[in-house]
Amino acid sequence: MAEPVACRECLRRSWLLAALGPYIEKVATGEAGTRSPELLRLSNEDLVEVAAPKVTAQMLGRLESLSEERLLEELLLAECWACCRHSELYPDSLRDAGDAPWALIGRGDPRFLDGLERFEAVTIVGARRATSYGREIARELGRELAAAGMVVVSGLAFGIDACAHRGAIDAGRTIAVLGCGPDVAYPASHRSLWRQICERGLVISEFPPGATPWRWTFPARNRIMAALAGMTVVVEAAIRSGSLITTDLAADLGRDLGAVPGPVTSRTSAGPNGLLAAGAHVIRDAQDVLDALLGPGRRPIAPAVPNLEPDLEAALAAVEAGHSTCDAVATATGLSGAAAATALSRLELLGYLTCSNLGTYLRTLSPSPGGPLFRLES
Amino acid sequence: MLATARTFTLDGISARPVRVEVDVHRGLPNFTIVGLPDAAVREARERVRAALVNCGFEFPLRRIVVNLAPASLRKAGPGMDLAIAAALLSASGQLEWEGLARVALAGELALDGSTRAVQGALAMAEAAREGGAEAIVLPAENGPEAALAEGIGVVPVEALGQLPALVTGEWDPPRPGPLPLQLDPPPGAPDLADLRGQPHLRHALEVAAAGGHSVLMVGPPGAGKSLAAGRLPSILPPLSLGEALEVARIASACGSLGTGLPAGRPFRAPHHTISAPGLVGGGAPPRPGEVTRAHRGVLFLDELCEFRRDALEALRAPLESGEVLISRVGGQRSLPCRFMLVAAANPCPCGRGEADPDCCCSPYEVQRYQGKLSGALADRIDILAAVRQPSAAEIGGAPGEPSAAVRERVRSARERQEERLGPGRCNAEMTPGEARACALSSGAGALLAELYARQRLSGRAHDRALRLARTIADLEGVEAIGEEQMAQALQMRRRDHG
Repeated sequence: MAEPVACRECLRRSWLLAALGPYIEKVATGEAGTRSPELLRLSNEDLVEVAAPKVTAQMLGRLESLSEERLLEELLLAECWACCRHSELYPDSLRDAGDAPWALIGRGDPRFLDGLERFEAVTIVGARRATSYGREIARELGRELAAAGMVVVSGLAFGIDACAHRGAIDAGRTIAVLGCGPDVAYPASHRSLWRQICERGLVISEFPPGATPWRWTFPARNRIMAALAGMTVVVEAAIRSGSLITTDLAADLGRDLGAVPGPVTSRTSAGPNGLLAAGAHVIRDAQDVLDALLGPGRRPIAPAVPNLEPDLEAALAAVEAGHSTCDAVATATGLSGAAAATALSRLELLGYLTCSNLGTYLRTLSPSPGGPLFRLES
Repeated sequence: MLATARTFTLDGISARPVRVEVDVHRGLPNFTIVGLPDAAVREARERVRAALVNCGFEFPLRRIVVNLAPASLRKAGPGMDLAIAAALLSASGQLEWEGLARVALAGELALDGSTRAVQGALAMAEAAREGGAEAIVLPAENGPEAALAEGIGVVPVEALGQLPALVTGEWDPPRPGPLPLQLDPPPGAPDLADLRGQPHLRHALEVAAAGGHSVLMVGPPGAGKSLAAGRLPSILPPLSLGEALEVARIASACGSLGTGLPAGRPFRAPHHTISAPGLVGGGAPPRPGEVTRAHRGVLFLDELCEFRRDALEALRAPLESGEVLISRVGGQRSLPCRFMLVAAANPCPCGRGEADPDCCCSPYEVQRYQGKLSGALADRIDILAAVRQPSAAEIGGAPGEPSAAVRERVRSARERQEERLGPGRCNAEMTPGEARACALSSGAGALLAELYARQRLSGRAHDRALRLARTIADLEGVEAIGEEQMAQALQMRRRDHG
């Protein structure tokens, strides 16, 4: 395996980005920091000149005097490692981008990056304020794609991102790309998920340990997410959403775009529906992603067609029709309250449904979760 | 001269005996009350003085000292007026009452000498009996209430002026008839038939009533959560005589007995701005809170997520132990509170729920709001019922099954539980040991084991599912818990996380 190594220049670049955080925030925050990927194309000197004209000399002087030992020591203390664009470990997919990060600081298993081809990775993005439909789809997509051997890339944010990670972490490989140092759990309430990914997955960032997030660092990390994967899937997003920045960046790099269709009346599905209208791949399940990335012919072994009792079948059909509470299912199917409860409980145990902590039911994507999930015919 | 009389002060819901000692002797005219009186007791001076004069007695212009013993106990309320007046009359020689020490007196005096009702008459009558008194003299309004206590004479008086006739035996009022205890909800009370459609919600309420399980209803505003909760007392089994007396004692101490109080099991629905002492009781001397007022009945917390966190936290221990312990300087008081908890909540602060495109709550707001649903209190809740807006067809449809029919099933289920667990107990109170000893069919056992393994149920959730399944089996009259009942219990149980 290639060792995670980084040269001095690239490490200094990551330090510089952290030091320029507040300066870039001022010049890059027109439309929620969307200009930041352009700025990051610049060389060290030009970037300092543009972002911090008053302290240019001072900043460059400090940069020049940074010792490599100190930078490496900081990495070691934060249990992180680094690899730069000159090293073997650096993913080839990132080299496509003109604005690619010079160095990647990682925490977790570096082998995830070793020889990572872009068709092996899928980025799942979406709204922070997602509906239970979006969260469930994100979790299932994450789980099935990870189980099928793909690397699931996302950004650890609230909503869709966290669900995709949660789905993937138990089933296979997942990478979280952060807009702050990889040793900073942001948002803080996702600390336990962050820790899980550090232990069983990989957290990467272009910022050094301890760097705090700025508004401009999110579009910046989006460009890494877009470049890393062969396909970017939007699960739910409003029409003006940060997730659509990621898809724009991915489209610029010539990556595939996928979108999960949603109700046309739903504000949170306006983004993906718009992408679909513009020609993105329709993503209904993990198989659609695999078809688009790997080409047709790789199919999962079809699960045995379930043979359900009539009550269960009727209840399943009612949930699929959008009746989410036990009461609604009972009324729609004509079952008694007790019989509907029995049917829903069985369906949940069989893995066809999940129940939220508010007592509402949702259909899962996978016909037989819990068992072997998704095997590919070779 | 010295005279003593017996009276009571209310402490929580029980009456503590107080001895009133009145000494009248020569000196500058003065009237003092000692022995830790509160403001209301101290004001008894003015009421007693006016009442004596207006009833034709003479107020002695001498030095009067009233001592309330034991001196360490804080006395509260106006209920000692009658005893002070009687002892004063006896001490000043206006009333030759040698039996004064053998009776107890309680009552507030009006300025014209007529008596006014006091709180806690039932507890005082019982305390008088325990203290060996022959009879208790109290205001006529409190007569029926005090007559609920057996084994003690009850003498209702309407005015201070009646005392001389009572002492000489010229007037001997008959013992008043006891207040009728109403074990059932009165006719015309809210009926479950008003809940149309919503079969699962009805079923969840029936199971909750049958096993005494606590329920959480989650759904948008106007979906019928409050309506359903208000109908719960009508399907609970009737009170037993002993329970009715406990309820009456609490109502009496709160001064709400026989004042148009709805009969049957109590139903309390405090507003969500209530403080922790208001909910569980507190103050000095301790006053019963809403949980004690809901004893043997239903405590309904509407908008559960809006309640103050400290108030909800304070509910935990009482829910578990069935009593509130209040520690004060004078010692620890225990107030009973075995109630059924019914709570209702909206899915998010705006109430629409995330599926509604108009919902404008941020994820953080929703998380914080629902945080109260997963706190320590939620751990004590057995049943989760998701409520939705009933359809037009349901609202316009036929009325549901009436309460009487549901109550019959609930009653027989409770009888089965009492046979198994002992009198007065229900499935919700089963210990983990008892719950695990319940007979399970092999199918039910396999179902529970599978869920336990797959969803990583906690031990507590495991036992909760067993209790619920046992209640459903009791409702259906089944001996061993079957697969069907276990499946329903697993559906109904409160979820720990999404």
